[in-house]
Parts: sequence; structure tokens; C-alpha cells
Amino acid sequence: MATSYAIVVCGGIVPDPLQTLEPVMTPGGPGLKNEMMLPAVLDPWAACALYEAAALAKKAPGSKVWLASLGPKAKLQQVMMTVAQKVPFELVALDGSSGGFTDAAETAAALAEAIQAVPGLDRNRMLLFGGWESASRGAGATLQILGELLGIRDQFQGVDAVEPQADGSLRVLERVEGGRHQVSVCQGPPAVFGWATGSLAEPPNNPQVGMANMRAVMPALQRAKPAKIGSGGAVFRKVALPQQQRQTRIVKDQTADQIAKEIAEWIRQD
Amino acid sequence: METILMLTAVEADGALPKAAQEALGAARDLAGSLAGSTLAVGLWGADVKPAADAIAGCGAAKVYGAVSPDLAPARYATDAAAAEALAKAAGATIVVAPGTSRMARVMPGVSHRLGGKADTHVTAIEAGPDGVAATRWAYRQRIETVVSRTARPWILLLDPGCRAPAAAVPGSATVEAVAVALPPEAKRTVVTGVQAPPAEKQTIRPDAKLLFVAGAGWTKKQAGGAPRLPEAERLILDFLAKTGASLGSSKSLTDQAGEGQAVLGFLSHLNQIGQTGATPRHPKGLATCCHGEEPHTVGWRFITQRRAINLDPNCGWARGKADVLYVADVFEVMAKVNALL
Repeated sequence: MATSYAIVVCGGIVPDPLQTLEPVMTPGGPGLKNEMMLPAVLDPWAACALYEAAALAKKAPGSKVWLASLGPKAKLQQVMMTVAQKVPFELVALDGSSGGFTDAAETAAALAEAIQAVPGLDRNRMLLFGGWESASRGAGATLQILGELLGIRDQFQGVDAVEPQADGSLRVLERVEGGRHQVSVCQGPPAVFGWATGSLAEPPNNPQVGMANMRAVMPALQRAKPAKIGSGGAVFRKVALPQQQRQTRIVKDQTADQIAKEIAEWIRQD
Repeated sequence: METILMLTAVEADGALPKAAQEALGAARDLAGSLAGSTLAVGLWGADVKPAADAIAGCGAAKVYGAVSPDLAPARYATDAAAAEALAKAAGATIVVAPGTSRMARVMPGVSHRLGGKADTHVTAIEAGPDGVAATRWAYRQRIETVVSRTARPWILLLDPGCRAPAAAVPGSATVEAVAVALPPEAKRTVVTGVQAPPAEKQTIRPDAKLLFVAGAGWTKKQAGGAPRLPEAERLILDFLAKTGASLGSSKSLTDQAGEGQAVLGFLSHLNQIGQTGATPRHPKGLATCCHGEEPHTVGWRFITQRRAINLDPNCGWARGKADVLYVADVFEVMAKVNALL
């Protein structure tokens, strides 16, 4: 494989999925109760993208991985302490809100500006990675808009595999309806890939990688430019937890035969 | 006064996808609720006439079509060019599009090109005295929001399965042709096909009436002191074959494969539902051996009738979220269910 890549992974930070979330109204719009106190993680699908980027870079000598992340600086620092131990990357940090009520286009614009300012980034070799949706806004919109801002017209979403071919092209598997994958061949970089789960497990912590990464992570965090991300003109008329609570009928005194009969009848009903 | 455009790519045979019929229903209802508004339809593909004819009587003032063999494949660059051209030709102020994988790939980028805004995963669109509002979920189906915007064009991607399709009113439609410029750069990507398991092994069935959710409990030690994986596989596959149900799985179960643990061989991350998986829509759902609290249960947020089988009567997956929780051994119950079916 002769091609080397400049892989930029865009990944925000989100509240740990196991946390209880409660929406509140703030002077700046909707937010989460105690948002700054909630433990945060790298967005799950963006994390998959980061691991795939590192694996691809390892297979293509001369490649490099950047992680562009927008979030409150203090939270970014906390998350990077863990993420930096996973795979080698250089952090591009932006200090701003990463909440679920912010605007995808404003986020994309801030990321585009930061990526364009990365020294030595060859955009002709660039593969723009990220999660196909965040676990916060969940829109699946930021990467497409970012690609447009960077002039990249080969875009893929719900990606589970990117396989470099001998001629420099990239074979891509994208999730489509019905548990299937669309197969495409892209001539090569630049291209945008919004990753689904991919095929790699989370790498174990590697203290050596962590130490190497952290030497650059801390200065990157200190350099993080403030990014004012708002709601993009959206007016939130309602922000609420779902109220529906079902009255669950607990069946614990029936035999397996009785339960099976009830389930079978329920399945047969239209 | 809004110009509401239902915009979609057509299928390979020129037909209108079911999700597009749902989007058309939403667009038509919206146009009907906003006095003075106009409904239009925009279609692209290798041949749009069959789709246009299928909805000829839908009430659209105009049907716009972009037709070219190059517009047949689901490819970002050509799809974006077509969607942009059609939206501009229609002068659309609100675009309602189906939230299919093809449209979701392209419409946020198109909103940028049009200088508008896009909201995806919309589950309802309503018009009231305060204007148009869209319902969508944040934090992966954990917080419900209702959003309105003044920015135009406003693109709304309606999730499939959220409403009934528009009734077909076929006829002979007049399609106004819209030219789409497709430079060679737009064709750097070639779609070569679709990869899918053989039909008899495909366990993801979006149109199934029933979703069967398998949790990690299937792979744990059972009453005899050992896991019963071959039996679990046989029971689940037998049930799927007999009911035509779609198979969902909890994250913990699909993750086990990546961690090298014993797993059910037919499961992949494509089966995963929940916060980092799919949120399918089926009329009924049967969850088995699933455990977990709110973050894990969002996968069946949009399942209408829900039942669960679990040994734990306090299971967070089921209490308050399922209609019925059967406290029982799933191996025993499912064997008998299969026998009855």
C-alpha cells in the first residue's frame, strides 16, 4: 500500500451513556442539569472512527491521525486522559459547547476553521472521519456540512469498513436499510467517512502511547480557541424527558406452558 | 406562505420508497394546515415517471424530476447535486424528505448549499398558530424536543415508520424536467452493489411486525451451571423462522464478539439496538434476557406493544417500560412458544 493518509477524526464529548440526563432551561437555551458535573466520554461512534483511523494509519506508513474535538476545555482534558492511552493522535482542541442542543452547522464551521489551520495537513490526502451520529445532538449532520465547507464531495455515512485497494482507491461499506451494506469504490482521498461501529474492539490502554500523546495534548488544550456555538436559530418549544410510564403487569406465578401459550396468542394477534 | 417540497430519490425500478410515501403524507398534511401554501414534489433517479404517476393525484401543484442514469446510484456527489437543483427549481421553503440512509447521507450537506437548515430524525411535523414545529429526539432518544425555525429553506428528514403513508392516487403526472450539472468529479465514487447475508440468514427485517430482542443473558451460565449457546442459537433462529420477526440485540451481547467471548454466531453490530445502535419501529417487541436501565432501553422506545421475559422481576429493561414482564426461564418458555407456533 503506497498511499499515506492525513486522517482527521472529528469527535465530540458526550455525557457518559450510563448517566441520568435531565433537561433544564438556561439563559443560553436548553441544557442538561449539572452538565459540567456529568462524567464525559468521547462520543461512542467517533471513538469507533478514531480506532479505525489508527488501524488504517498503521497499515499505511507515513500516515498521521489528528483528533479534532470541540468541547468545554476542562471536560476535554478529563476525557483525553483516557482517550490518549488508546491510540496515537495529535489533538486539535476547540473550547466550546458540545451539548445536544447546539447547531450542527455552527459546529461544522468551527471545526472547518480549525482543520484548515492545522500546520502541515495535506488536504489532498485527507480522510475526514467521525461518527455518523453523535450521542448528544444525534443529527448526523455535522460531518456532511464540514465536508461541504472543505470542498469534499465524496462522502459516506454509516461506514463499517474502508479498505484501501492496490490502485489507491478505497472500497467502502456503508450501512443501508435491512441489515445490508452498500459497497462503493472511491478513487481516493479526500473523502468523508461517518463511521458506524466498524469492526474493531476498543483498544486496551497503552501507557506508552498515553505518555507520547499527552506531551502534545496539554499544549493543544492550552492553545484551544474559544468557539461560540449556539442553537443556530432553532427555537426549542419543548425539551422534556418522555413521560410515558407503562403499567407493567408482572407475571411470576404462571408455568412455562401458560406463559408460552399467552405469548404465542399475542404474537398471532393482528 | 410556504412552498413545501417532498423530495426524494426513487428506487432502482422507478418506484417511490415507502418512507417517501410517508414523507409525502406529512408534506401534504402540512400544506393543508398552512393557508396559502403550495405542495410540490421533487424526484430524481434514472426514471422518475413511475413514481410520479403513482402519486399523480396527491395534490401537488407541480412535480419536478431530475433524470439521468448517473442519478440512479445512491452516491453523495450526484444525489446532492440533484437535491440542490430540485429544491432551487421548486423555490422550496420547507423540504420534507424521508429519513432513509440515502437521504440522510445527503440532505444536511444540501442544506448548507441552499443556505438553509436541516433537522434530521424528525418524528412528527405540525403546523399551528405559531408556525411549523418539528419533533425530534436528542441524546439518542432520551430527551424529546420540539423545534421551530425561521430560517428557510428548512429541511426536515422524517424517520421512516412514524406515520401512515399517503394513500396512492395514481394517474398520469406531468413532470417538469430539471437539469443537473454532473461534472466528472461528481463520479469519483462508483457504487458497485449491495452486500447482504443470504436471505435465509438475514435476521434484520425492518418491515416485520415483531422485534425479538436477545440480551446477554442468553450466553450466561444457566441453571445447569454452564452456558447453553447451541441451544440458544437453535431456539432463537427457530423462533425467527416461525414468526418472521426481526432480531435486535443489546450492546453487551454484540460487544462480546469483539472481546473474543462466546457469542451467538448470527449476531453482528447491525443487530444492535439502543443508545449506540438502531431504534427500530415495529408494532410489537419481545425482549428476552435483557438487562439495564434507561440508556439501554431506548432501543425499543418506538415499539408499540412490548413484552419481556426475564428472571429478574425488577429488571430495568422491563419495569415501567414493558406492558408485560414474564418472570421465567427463557429457554423453557421459548422452546414451548416455538412448539406452539
